[in-house]
Amino acid sequence: MEALAALAALTGDEAKAASAAGSAGFAYGLAAIGPGIGIGYLVGKSVEAMARQPEAAGMVRTTMFLGIAFTEALALIGFVVFILIGL
Amino acid sequence: MTTEPSPITTRLEGEAPEITVSLDIIKRGAYVAPVIVAVCAVFAGLDGVFSSLYGMALVLVNFFFAAGLVAVTARISLGLMMGAVLFGYLARLGLIFLAVILVRDASWISLTALGLTIIVTHLGLLVWEMRYVAASLAFPALKPKKNA
Repeated sequence: MEALAALAALTGDEAKAASAAGSAGFAYGLAAIGPGIGIGYLVGKSVEAMARQPEAAGMVRTTMFLGIAFTEALALIGFVVFILIGL
Repeated sequence: MTTEPSPITTRLEGEAPEITVSLDIIKRGAYVAPVIVAVCAVFAGLDGVFSSLYGMALVLVNFFFAAGLVAVTARISLGLMMGAVLFGYLARLGLIFLAVILVRDASWISLTALGLTIIVTHLGLLVWEMRYVAASLAFPALKPKKNA
């Protein structure tokens, strides 16, 4: 309740800044979900491939590592939007 | 009757190709650092220089952590590797968040330069590295040098 009262007491500019920070945090959270699902799927399939064909593990690991890094770039873009708008 | 191999008990021995790739990315990051620092210095001054160096360090350490996590856990079990990669993703995002929150009010930080450096360095180095990666059974990490 105190938090709501504090929000209600904000002036126009403060309310705008608080709203921007909240939205940026929400956007960052959303931006992290997609890559999380992507990395889970990618690593799951890679583990399956390595368990079936251990002799190809080196090739699969290299591709998996690059895939993880590319997928993580999406989360980093969300993070950068967050720091540019929300901080 | 054949049984399916279990990812829980399967583990990988031998060299870790992701460590080789990440060290190569770090080497290329060192090559490209002066260019990024110079560009940031042009539009954000001295703050841009410090911010871009900080951003580059974050990205390169992030690459190395990601590779180290895969390399260490793959020697134990593939199932552990999968868990470590997923929780490692969260942990690394959290560490980057913490590292930026800690310096956001510092006098030498330019958030625009820091943010752009993080994205450009991460994507740029990955795309550059793609040219040198050999996804083949004979050379699982990097393509062999021509004179080798």
